[in-house]
Order: sequence, then C-alpha cells, then structure tokens
Amino acid sequence: MEKLLNLTLKVWRQDGPKAKGAFETYKLNGISPDSSFLEMMDILNDQLINEHKDPIAFDHDCREGICGTCSMYINGHPHGPDSGITTCQLHMRSFKDGETITVEPWRSAAFPIIKDLMVDRSAFDKIIQAGGYISVNTGGIPDGNAIPISKWHADEAMDAASCIGCGACVATCKNGSAMLFVAAKVSQLSLLPQGKIEASQRAKKMLSKMDELGFGNCTNTGACEAECPKNISITHIARLNREFIGAKFID
Amino acid sequence: MWLIHSSVGRKVIMSVTGIFLVLFLTFHSVMNVIVLFSAEAYNSVASALGANWYAVIGTGVLALGFVLHILYALYLSWLNLKARGKDRYAVTKRQEGVSWSSKNMLVLGIIVFGFLVLHLFHFWAKMQLVELQYGHGWEAAGFQNPQDGAYFINASFSNPIFSIIYIVWLVALWFHLTHGVWSSLHSIGVNNKTWINRVKCISNVYSTIIILLFIAIPVYFLLGFRVL
Ligand code: HEM
Ligand code: SF4
Ligand code: FES
Repeated sequence: MEKLLNLTLKVWRQDGPKAKGAFETYKLNGISPDSSFLEMMDILNDQLINEHKDPIAFDHDCREGICGTCSMYINGHPHGPDSGITTCQLHMRSFKDGETITVEPWRSAAFPIIKDLMVDRSAFDKIIQAGGYISVNTGGIPDGNAIPISKWHADEAMDAASCIGCGACVATCKNGSAMLFVAAKVSQLSLLPQGKIEASQRAKKMLSKMDELGFGNCTNTGACEAECPKNISITHIARLNREFIGAKFID
Repeated sequence: MWLIHSSVGRKVIMSVTGIFLVLFLTFHSVMNVIVLFSAEAYNSVASALGANWYAVIGTGVLALGFVLHILYALYLSWLNLKARGKDRYAVTKRQEGVSWSSKNMLVLGIIVFGFLVLHLFHFWAKMQLVELQYGHGWEAAGFQNPQDGAYFINASFSNPIFSIIYIVWLVALWFHLTHGVWSSLHSIGVNNKTWINRVKCISNVYSTIIILLFIAIPVYFLLGFRVL
C-alpha cells in the first residue's frame, strides 16, 4: 500500500453572505493517495462533526466531472493544480505528505459567497435564460443524418458544448469576466443549423446579460482557458466577438 | 451606444485605437532609423512633417487615438476591478501559457505614458510646437531650428542616461505590444483555432521588429557613434 498522507488544510470559513470570513487550519491524518479531493473533504467533515464543530459547506453533486458544481480554489488554482479536470476528479496523489493545502471559494463580485466554499452562481443561469436556447419548434425527432453537418462544425460545437458551467473561468479571471462561458454557450448553438437562425440575437442578449450582471471586460489573458476543466478554447471568444460586432453593425 | 455600454464594444475601441497606435509606431520607427543612415534624409522627412495642415491634423488624430485608448484603458480597468470584487485569493499561481504582459497591460501602459510625456517635452515641444508658435520666427525667438530633427536626436541621445531611459521605455512598450497586437485582433474577432498560435507568433515578431528599429538609435549612441 502507498504511504498515507498527513495534511494541514487551510480552509475558508464564512457563516453567511454578509458575515466576515477567515481561514481555519485543520490537521488531517491518514489520507489515502487514491482518494479523491472531495472524499478527503468528507473525511475532514466527519472529523469536524465528531468534534461537534460545524462541517464545511461545499457544493458537489455528480462527483464525475459533469455537473460543474464542485467549486474549490485549491492552492491558487480553480479545481486544483491538475489541468483539465474538476475538483471531484482530483486525486490526493497530486499532493505530498505533510503539505499545507489552501482551499478557498470562487471569489468574484458576480458570485457572492453563500457559506464557506459555496458560492451563488445563479448569474450563469440568468445568462442562459437570456438566450441560451433555440426557440423554434423543431418538430418530432428527425432522422439521424437528415441535416448534413460537417465534421468540423460538429467537433467545434461539441467542444463548446462540453462546458459544464462551473465558473472556474470567472473565478480565475483577473477581470472577473464570464466571456469563456458565454462564448462556449453561444458557440455550441450558433455553429449548428438549428441554432444559427437566432445566432446574432443570442450573442447580443447573452452578452448584454453578462455585462448587466457585473462581469468584467475580457482582456484576453487566457487564464480561463488554462484553468477550464474542459479545456474550452478562447477562440470561441473570438467567434462571440465576431458575432456580436457583426450584429451591432447590421443594427 | 454599444461602444460604451457593452464590454465587447469597449474592447472594439481599445482594439481599434491600439491598432491605430501600432500603425503609427510602425511608421515612426521606420522614419527614425533613417537618421542612422543619413541625417539629411531624416531632416527632410522631419520638415515635411512640420506645421503644415496635414501634419497638424495627423497629430490631432493621433492625440485623439491616445486619449481614447487611455480613457478606455482606465475605464475598463476600473470596471474590471469592480467585477473582481473586494476579496482577494490568499494563494494565486501563474497559469501555464498565460503571458505576464497580458495581466499587466495597465501598468505597462502607464510606464509607456510616463515616458511619452518626457518624449513630447524633448522632441515635439521643440519641433512641431515651436513651429506652430513662431513659424519662421523661431530664430528671433531664440530657438533651435525646429526642423532639424537630427540635431535634437544627437543632442538628447549623446547623454547616456537619456539613452538608457529610452531603452527601458522601449522594453516596457515591447511587453505591451507582444500582448497587444494579437489581443487587438482577437478582440475584433479575427482569430480561430488554426490561427491563434500563428497570430501570437506574428504579434511577437512584429513587436520585436518595431522595438528593434526604435532601440537601434539609443544603442547606436551608447556605442559611441553620433549622427552629426
Ligand atoms: C504607443 C502606445 C500604445 C500602443 C501602441 C498600445 C497598443 C495597445 C494594443 C494594441 C492593445 C490591445 C487592445 C485589445 O486587447 O483589444 C492595448 C491594450 C491596452 N493598453 Fe495600450 N497601447 C499604447 C499605450 C497605452 C497607454 C499609454 C495606456 C495606459 C495608460 C495603455 C493601456 C492599455 C491597457 C490597460 C490595455 C489592455 C486593455 C484591454 O486589453 O482591453 N496603452 N494597447
Ligand atoms: S468555460 Fe470551462 S471554466 Fe468556464 S464554466 Fe465552462 S467548463 Fe467551467
Ligand atoms: S461534483 Fe459534479 S463536476 Fe465535480
């Protein structure tokens, strides 16, 4: 068996949205390197409950990298130091015995903290509600290949569609911008024939909503792409810019 | 107005003014190196750009470009600071593939601006401004011939401290441009997966060429050569 890990955890604790938060330090011993980061957090919470302390609140659901809820800023990276994965997919073997691990919530004005490591990401839902859909009646289930779609378009749309709305892009962006998320959500629809019809309307509506909700202006640092668990490319942002600017010129 | 009220619109202004300034720099750098080959040729360009209407209007448009670029830079940075929120991360790490310049454009811009003011005092105030104020009466007013650009270059850069200050300035500008050139294209939507690395590479090469052309002059002087 591999050597078990003894760790020190510095975790952000905050009672509520208005409360003042602070770091608490916890010692946690005997963690298997094969366990996932969230399992480690569960063990820590068990320990806290046994000590009659308030367990740490954090979001999680699928624990397999598809729901996007597990938002933790670990040692200076959203979803931890490994790339291309979510927090729930992170294994403890990425850490060394005796290491101090700092866990923080997403920090961005548009994502207020609910409690501890939980943040309110309903701003993303509002952006989707503003235009992230297709409003035509597409009828019954069409024949598989009735609408020809090129391999390139299919791949590009699929890549964009892999965005799980986790918000790591916003969390890591020095400008608190949600452009990577919005660009992915606009691209996944506008690249396909069903979504193309409303493409320019959608770009305008979703982008205005993003601006209205207080997200920042993208300055193309590319930090979002580097931290995105789904490796969404910032070239989708260029497409969104193109679509938006084009739509404004037509107006 | 979408150019003020939408984030992409604001970026369009940053990008267009940025590209405009880059084009100006391209012209300026090419014009400058001429002095290393022939002071006379340089002065004929300098006198063509004296106080005639075209040059004055050109200067006005250029100044407007700078003002817009700077105002938008400040506005954007302030909005972004607000969007970031008051709470900072206790631990932050660099991401791989993210350039340092891209995160420090405002600081770099402010450095560039500081030296720009110095630069205007040293050259523009003694050249176009004098011509505008005194026309052909510069001699009576006790000034050096405002069209003798080579003289001013020679006088200023003969001081090694001045040359070193210019080199520092140009290095800051180089950092600003390596991110700026590709970013400005990306902002107006000119980019895709095939081109992103090429565009970044073009950006680096282009910035380097411009800055090398500029830096040639202070280096030439530091090496002990003079243009007059
Ligand atoms: C010769 C002078 C300058 C040139 C050629 C230049 C060029 C550029 C270019 C091409 C961009 C990229 C625009 C984009 O991403 O869309 C840019 C961005 C920027 N510039 Fe400048 N700039 C100059 C001076 C300044 C000055 C004086 C300041 C500020 C005081 C400044 C502040 C900024 C900032 C903050 C950005 C980033 C904003 C953003 O990406 O949206 N620049 N610049
Ligand atoms: S673009 Fe990436 S980082 Fe941003 S919400 Fe989607 S999956 Fe998360
Ligand atoms: S818990 Fe669903 S992605 Fe991590």
